[in-house]
Amino acid sequence: MVKEITMPSMGADMTEGTIVKWLKNEGDKISKGDKLAEIETDKTVVEMEAYNEGFLRKITSSEGSSVKVGNIIGYIGDMDDDIPETPTQNQSIETKVEEIKEVSEKNNISEEVLETIKTNTDNLSTNKSNQVDISINADSIRIKASPMAKRLAKEKNIELSNVIGTGPGGRISKDDVNNYIPGPTLVSSSDIVSSKNISLDDSNIPLNTMRQAIARVTVKSKTDIPHFQVIVEVDMTEAMKMREDINEDLENNGIKVSVNDLILKSTVNSLIKYPKWNSSFDGDKLISHSGVNLGIAIALEQGLIVPAILNAQNLDLISLAVKSKDLGNRAKGNGNPLSNEELTTGTFSTSNLGMFGTHSFTAIIVPPQSGIIALGVVKKEPKIINNEIQIRQIMFATMSADHRVGDGAEGAIFMNEFKQLLEKPSRLLL
Amino acid sequence: MATLKQEKNNKTSKLTQVVDEKKEMLDLYKQMFLIRQFELACGENYTKGNIRGFLHLYIGQEATAVGSISCLNDQDYIVTHYRDHGHALARGLDVNRSMAELFGKASGLSKGKGGSMHLFDAGKKFMGGHAIVGGQFPLATGLALACQYKKTGGIVVCFFGDGSTNQGTYHETLNLASVWKLPILFILENNKYGMGSSIDRVRAGGEDFYTGANTYDIPAAQVDGMDVLAEKEATKIAVDKVRQNGGPFYLECKTFRFVGHSLADGQKYRKTDEIKEWEKKDPLTKFPEWILSAGIAKKTDLEKIHQEVNKNIEDAVNFAETSLEPKSSELYEDIYKID
Amino acid sequence: MPEIVMREAIKMGLEEALENDPNVLILGEDIGAYGGAYAVTDGFLKKFGPERIKDTPISEATFIGTGIGAASAGLRPIIELMSISFSLVGFDQIVNMAANLRYMSGGQIHVPMVIRAPTGAGVQLAATHSQSVETWLAEVPGLYCVCPSNPKDALGLLRTSIKSNNPVIFAEPALLYGLKGDVPEDYYEIPLGSASVSKEGKDITLLSYGAGMSVINDTEKILSSKNISAEIIDLRSLNPIDYKTIGKSIKKTNHLLALDTARKNGGIMGEVVSNIQEDFNDWLDGPIIRVGAKDVPWPYNKNLEGAAYPSAENIVNTILEKLIKV
Repeated sequence: MVKEITMPSMGADMTEGTIVKWLKNEGDKISKGDKLAEIETDKTVVEMEAYNEGFLRKITSSEGSSVKVGNIIGYIGDMDDDIPETPTQNQSIETKVEEIKEVSEKNNISEEVLETIKTNTDNLSTNKSNQVDISINADSIRIKASPMAKRLAKEKNIELSNVIGTGPGGRISKDDVNNYIPGPTLVSSSDIVSSKNISLDDSNIPLNTMRQAIARVTVKSKTDIPHFQVIVEVDMTEAMKMREDINEDLENNGIKVSVNDLILKSTVNSLIKYPKWNSSFDGDKLISHSGVNLGIAIALEQGLIVPAILNAQNLDLISLAVKSKDLGNRAKGNGNPLSNEELTTGTFSTSNLGMFGTHSFTAIIVPPQSGIIALGVVKKEPKIINNEIQIRQIMFATMSADHRVGDGAEGAIFMNEFKQLLEKPSRLLL
Repeated sequence: MATLKQEKNNKTSKLTQVVDEKKEMLDLYKQMFLIRQFELACGENYTKGNIRGFLHLYIGQEATAVGSISCLNDQDYIVTHYRDHGHALARGLDVNRSMAELFGKASGLSKGKGGSMHLFDAGKKFMGGHAIVGGQFPLATGLALACQYKKTGGIVVCFFGDGSTNQGTYHETLNLASVWKLPILFILENNKYGMGSSIDRVRAGGEDFYTGANTYDIPAAQVDGMDVLAEKEATKIAVDKVRQNGGPFYLECKTFRFVGHSLADGQKYRKTDEIKEWEKKDPLTKFPEWILSAGIAKKTDLEKIHQEVNKNIEDAVNFAETSLEPKSSELYEDIYKID
Repeated sequence: MPEIVMREAIKMGLEEALENDPNVLILGEDIGAYGGAYAVTDGFLKKFGPERIKDTPISEATFIGTGIGAASAGLRPIIELMSISFSLVGFDQIVNMAANLRYMSGGQIHVPMVIRAPTGAGVQLAATHSQSVETWLAEVPGLYCVCPSNPKDALGLLRTSIKSNNPVIFAEPALLYGLKGDVPEDYYEIPLGSASVSKEGKDITLLSYGAGMSVINDTEKILSSKNISAEIIDLRSLNPIDYKTIGKSIKKTNHLLALDTARKNGGIMGEVVSNIQEDFNDWLDGPIIRVGAKDVPWPYNKNLEGAAYPSAENIVNTILEKLIKV
């Protein structure tokens, strides 16, 4: 009968061993206790003994190879025994890597994932020295109270911040809580809500690779980049009118300019005027980008991606509209897949949730960009113009900006340009 | 000086006296063969991961344990060192439960709490393998004190290795045992190496140890520990002296382990030639050869033993493998005895 | 019964055990002909004979281990060490052997043995003879560890220690051998693992053991003069620890001060207060305060030794500063 020779465990801490030398050749007769091979552990070299009799039928792991404990390195058996062709278990590690690659090839998003990982690691090394040191004196806001006092206060429904501590160091003691005379109290709204027995699904939901990448990128952004926001109210009435005119002209070409295209164009033009926001923070310098690669946040079923229209500074409004439509289609899987460049080289982004009726929101910057404009719905509102109430179309735009790149005033100037371009939209056609 | 050097090659002349010579000789062989096969099975199961922790095999030294322990009574105590499988089996500890202990199972001698280095069977007065080198000496004097105080007639056999003779407790215990005339037989298994340290590198005083017992006024002898009959003869004399005189006796057995200190030992510290030289004295080769050549038993008798023992070992491994793990509640059991 | 000193109480307990149980014997250095370094076993050799009162060579590891062997074969040996610092010479036997034998043998063996030893500083014996090694040994599962602070507890605890089927470290504060106290005439025992409330109070719990109780008693007097009512607990047993009694007191006083006369670093009270904080946090009206000896080798010089030893005045100051405003 064929017996497997496995990499022996020569100690509880041994996970793998190296075959230094086979002391028997294939075909040699083996008796119990014969030295089969020299095995190197991380501690020493030991001779491995045979626990079975027969012939060394096959050596499956050659000299010099490292093998995990328990994996097959050869076979002992009679000369007429059949020997299994190839042991499969030793390949397990390589297979796993292959599997990951295969999965990644099937899914074009994973390029972005891989890239994000790469970018993240790159950023790690460059951004080290630029952590913002925000320290707050914890003592100044912490209420000092003994654990006993805290328990009592909870039981008596007393807000500890109302109690004056008379103990050592101003600590609130049990006596302070017991002696506290409360003023009129408000009932907290949470106490009024009657409880209903609603139970939501409590199972764990595994995240796909894209979700995981989004998690990493957003955490990295919010951790590394000190965001500040500038919010402008944009009167879109003129822009909407102009869009209607253009679309009428274009009707026969099958091209349509969307509100968002106007916003994209306005963004590009603002960036051309204030190129600082088209740069990346890099430790002791800003890296300016020669082209505007304008990122557009696109919500897919699997999660968010932000592909960019490359060199948008060279595109007029119509071309921009064509490109943005194409980008959206390709992101959704129609036509050529998005290129690596489109997925990874954005220099500034926009994100529009207007279609969901969102009034306004703030977005997270896509590293290593330095800004993103978040857009709400365009909505009719009464506005006073020249002492008259008029119905105007209003949109709120919120820029999130990297404070390391520029300050609030610079953000405000930039957003004012953005606003002006949309409110006097003829310049968008230039 | 009350020392005695055992003569070699005196077996035939003395052993014609034995009434059931064949049974006695085959029993000795069977025990040695059992230990050898048990140890091989341990080694195999260690490499398979069934046995963990440290594993020290007794391969090569079988004649010492078997020859000496065959001279003891039920009321005698045994304490030994961490290379304790041989003594345990020679004392008749259950093979299945011994193997199960090594596998860490609930059916083990110590419910899987002791492992290879700490085999115990209080019912057989086998008071432990002890894993702190030299730690067992004081325990032996205590057991001997109890024998003496209660006048049980029992004695204590304390096995120890050459490495432990450099511990303070060795000298302290020899002194105390002699001063209090305690009934202890000290059996030194001199296998020439304390782990990887050869005695000529760590010991002042040469390669013989038994002469040193004179310092403590303890009678001593040296015997070929590879020769099971010589070992038995010498122990018989020593045990008689301890029982008659009440005081200690010191027996040095020259022996050798053919394998490394533990399974992780590459034996870089000694030459293969030395091992080969000692393997010529392998009691599991020499003794059966002598049995056959002296016409005491036939080859078929030996083969029958082989079959029986191999079955025993196979059963023991099977028993250990199929035994249950200790329950988690066992964690807190056996720390204190209820008062 | 009239007041007796602690030495007498211990002697009484030993004598009683030797009279009642023939399996009890005493092993130690100079306990026989000499009568014991602290004269606890004086006269025993004559009364009980050399078979039971066994003078040993100066080989602590071996005579401690001999006790273990004898105990595992059915005797009830009592080991006397001249100083608990000498246990360090026999630590392997105490820790590896006595404490572990039962567990390693799966319950086949037990070790009914008592190791008695004077402990603690305060008698100018310098670094090697003043340590409180019981705090180290209290960590070891398989050992019991007790330390009385008065004659009554010494006798009661010694009785249960000798009757126990397990190895017991019986630490005797060297400072207190001459301490007088009442000992009841009727037979009584004190269970291992029970603390005692020696005085009731309502504002703060003062916890210590052994020689620390004298310091605690002085502390209580000063606090009392400042109208602070202290409850006093004597731990008595370092393993196991009576958290029930301590916890009950914390719920009442809401403040705890724990004193070691051993070095603060690594003292047993570190373990005690950590567990108290975990289990009784919501009853604590201020930080738990630990006081211990200074973390230095014990000096010989009287003033230096005094400076390393905790004092009632310092404890009171700490309480007033950190815990209770007067």
